[in-house]
Amino acid sequence: MIEYEGRIGLEVHVQLRTNSKMFCGCSTQYGAPPNTQVCPVCLGYPGAMPMINREAVRLTVISGLMVGARINRRSKFDRKSYFYPDMPKNYQISQYDLPLCEGGAVVFDIDGVEKTVRLARIHLEEDVAKSFHFAGASGIDFNRAGVPLMEIVSMPDLSTPDEALAYLLALKELLMYAGVSDCNLEEGNIRCDVNCSVRPKGGSDLGTKTEIKNLNTFKGVQHALQHELARQISVLEAGGRIVQETRRWDMDAGATFSMRTKEDAHDYRYFPEPDLLPVELDDAVVEQWRAALPETPRARRARFRDEYGLPAYDAGVLAADHEVADFFEATVRHGASPKAASNWIMTEMLRRMSEKSAAVSALKITPEALAGLIGLVDRKTINQATAKELFDEICDRGGDPAALARERGLGQISDSAELEKLVGKAMAENPESVADYRRGKTAAAKFLMGCIMRMSRGRADPREAQRILEERLRIDLPGNAR
Amino acid sequence: MPAEMRKKLGDLPNAADAAAAIRAGKTSSEELVREVLRRIETHDSGIGAYLSVDPDSALEQARQADRAVREGRSGRLLGVPIAVKDNINVRGQPCGCASAILKGYVSPYDATVIARLRAEGAVFLGRTNMDEFAMGSSTENSAFHPTRNPWNAEHVAGGSSGGSAAAVAGGEAVAALGSDTGGSVRQPASFCGCVGLKPSYGRVSRYGLTAYASSLDQIGTLTRDVRDAAFLLKIIAGADGMDATCLDRPVPDYEAEAEAGCVGMRIGLPKEYFVAGIDPDVEAAVRRAAAALASGGAELVEVSLPHTRYAVAAYYVLATAEASANLARYDGVRYGLRAQGAATPEEMYRRTRAAGFGTEVKRRIILGTFVLSSGYYDAYYLTAQKVRSVIRRDFDEAFARCDVILAPVTPAPAFRLGEMVADPLRMYLSDILTVPANLAGICGISVPCGFTPGGLPVGAQFLAPAFAEGALFRAARACENLRGSFTR
Repeated sequence: MIEYEGRIGLEVHVQLRTNSKMFCGCSTQYGAPPNTQVCPVCLGYPGAMPMINREAVRLTVISGLMVGARINRRSKFDRKSYFYPDMPKNYQISQYDLPLCEGGAVVFDIDGVEKTVRLARIHLEEDVAKSFHFAGASGIDFNRAGVPLMEIVSMPDLSTPDEALAYLLALKELLMYAGVSDCNLEEGNIRCDVNCSVRPKGGSDLGTKTEIKNLNTFKGVQHALQHELARQISVLEAGGRIVQETRRWDMDAGATFSMRTKEDAHDYRYFPEPDLLPVELDDAVVEQWRAALPETPRARRARFRDEYGLPAYDAGVLAADHEVADFFEATVRHGASPKAASNWIMTEMLRRMSEKSAAVSALKITPEALAGLIGLVDRKTINQATAKELFDEICDRGGDPAALARERGLGQISDSAELEKLVGKAMAENPESVADYRRGKTAAAKFLMGCIMRMSRGRADPREAQRILEERLRIDLPGNAR
Repeated sequence: MPAEMRKKLGDLPNAADAAAAIRAGKTSSEELVREVLRRIETHDSGIGAYLSVDPDSALEQARQADRAVREGRSGRLLGVPIAVKDNINVRGQPCGCASAILKGYVSPYDATVIARLRAEGAVFLGRTNMDEFAMGSSTENSAFHPTRNPWNAEHVAGGSSGGSAAAVAGGEAVAALGSDTGGSVRQPASFCGCVGLKPSYGRVSRYGLTAYASSLDQIGTLTRDVRDAAFLLKIIAGADGMDATCLDRPVPDYEAEAEAGCVGMRIGLPKEYFVAGIDPDVEAAVRRAAAALASGGAELVEVSLPHTRYAVAAYYVLATAEASANLARYDGVRYGLRAQGAATPEEMYRRTRAAGFGTEVKRRIILGTFVLSSGYYDAYYLTAQKVRSVIRRDFDEAFARCDVILAPVTPAPAFRLGEMVADPLRMYLSDILTVPANLAGICGISVPCGFTPGGLPVGAQFLAPAFAEGALFRAARACENLRGSFTR
């Protein structure tokens, strides 16, 4: 039986984080009432003309620099013609043979192995409108028409659906680090076209490929690829041939279906956009952008291990979100030990973020406050349980942990006389437990500790209370005269 | 100005003088607008210069201008009635490009040129007729009616800005805006006996000009004299944040430059523009103009534009390629005509476009779609782009030897209605003397320089390097001043 391997290339369309559209001044704000963010330009009215959004160019070049692409100092826009109701001009302004960026690669780890996916190009284009279908009629919302889209085209360097997913996650992380896109999948910020083929394992020729268009979730990409690769293998195993075609992924059916074959593929009739001048990029400007690039997530993970001595797991979790990583570093700068800061952020902070499905910036806690909280625990001013309560409160309402602990009398009880009193009270109120302990049931001590903590509302220094309790229980053993 | 022309041009003032008279209180805008409306009422049924006129709106604008004068506000065109070609957007007016496919479309915005004229107080009279989407040389391709030549109604007004040229020549507007993609301002000006300016590519914003061929289109003026062309260009020229191809170059005082006289100017006569096939009356009129300029102090030099014969072919490849994309937006989805009863979007497109576009427009869309299609792009589009560079170089070399070029505008005077309808190729070839300027992006102007024995006007064409409109006006104005001495 022949073993097959997949060859997968992705075209990822990423909505850039700009205030205005690619070729006009209309807002890109998501969720506005239909057709309220439109003008003669993005509606394709007679006589309207495009003007290039320089910020979109900058964000695309920054993306290129992040993946080590060549930045073309001179690039141009072209018209890509096809008729579709969601295309206002029935041509899309895109980039054909002179994109802003060429080459580069995305590097990521999958199952502990480093993987490099080469990129063919990154180009800039405008998004289309959104169609809605009602009974007997269709409607089009042109708010999205003209929103800047960056298309990142990879080489067919991916072999499995899992690799494709890992690539997408790495790419998303990179783009969010660079601040070029919100990468909000629910709002359709990232959409993928997938090219894939199979060939006998170890072979060198590429098999005939099919394309699956318009996948708008990462899971969708993974599932569509799983089914499409399996379909291609079963066709080949049955002695058939793969037809070069465009297919559609039907999530409900869990299968891909043919949309059009090569014969009726569009002839896009690309030609240079005569309404725009070529984009000329100054070397000095590109170098300035390069110098201001953020660290890549991958480099940051390595640095977190080396500089802070964090375990690989911690470094991976913290660096996955650049805001979280920034928060971590700021907390350490405010005096927290790296491991303690990492523990708090990985457990409490990420829990809080997922509970509220909020970004770091939406929580009211500051790195300074977290460092302060960690300091209070380290100095035993408050215990861990109190610290967690304070953490939640500061996340919601903000505030200085030391001041809050003082105001509320939340300080830990470490004073021996106070603790002796609590221990004595617990023993007096639970003579059976004391008796049990003395009969050899040492577990009874745990119950008594629980009483002590309850009576102190969690403020008793647990270690010190435990020491005193055990001492008292032993001292008062029968035969041990007081 | 010869008496015959003055009679035809109807003794209206030019725009600059009209504005001065209104400002000085010698006349009111309302008076002038009423006079123009009266002429339209009387003459236009026989000419067909306009597609629509809105008298109420024109009079309201005029009264506003008069109020502004009384309140001491000013404007270089305060109260002056201007006609606008039907492919330039004026807020609140139709902008149908003389096509059935834009039925019902009312423009939601002002083109940049309109905004600039409006800011100076201009009054917008109405929409002038044209060849549908500016595709044609006779204004017979209008979906509504042809425009006739005010000098002889059996003859065409030229095109595609035939309505604007006839309106100015026939005294139905003080001045008009047109657009010139391959000669569409200069040729009708020549046929109708008025002045037609095609500024350099990038001199005037195209924002709001419904695109035919974006790399060739340029908004131009149709005026009663060269002075007015300079006056209007000064108002509409200059960089625009809405058109990336409109260049940020200073706008000189064209009116002053126009008056510098032709003494010492080197005027080039391209030998390829005076060849067999040129009507002898046309050639004679242009040569008389050249001789008059020489006797006025200019120096005549022969120059060569060796690749002229490839210009028409290259033009029809590039213009139709761009048009095939530019006109794709007329699909019935957002505005204009929509064929009813279609079951799919494809069917709606097919039926809408079949019903909405005229024959010539369809011909050019099909031609343009073909030359861009996979496998043919290099042979047609790329080759045509190479021809374009060669033609641009021809002009660079010619302008090394002269300041301006003088040539006929068209090989023949205005032809008869219907004469060329069945022979589109012959019609295309008659653009031979105007399309090179669009391919090269240089500026050109058509100035009346005489009449045929049959009484049809003949125009002389001056061409100057890109952004050398000053030199263009200087030569054209000198020619205009000398006109009495060489017209019959």
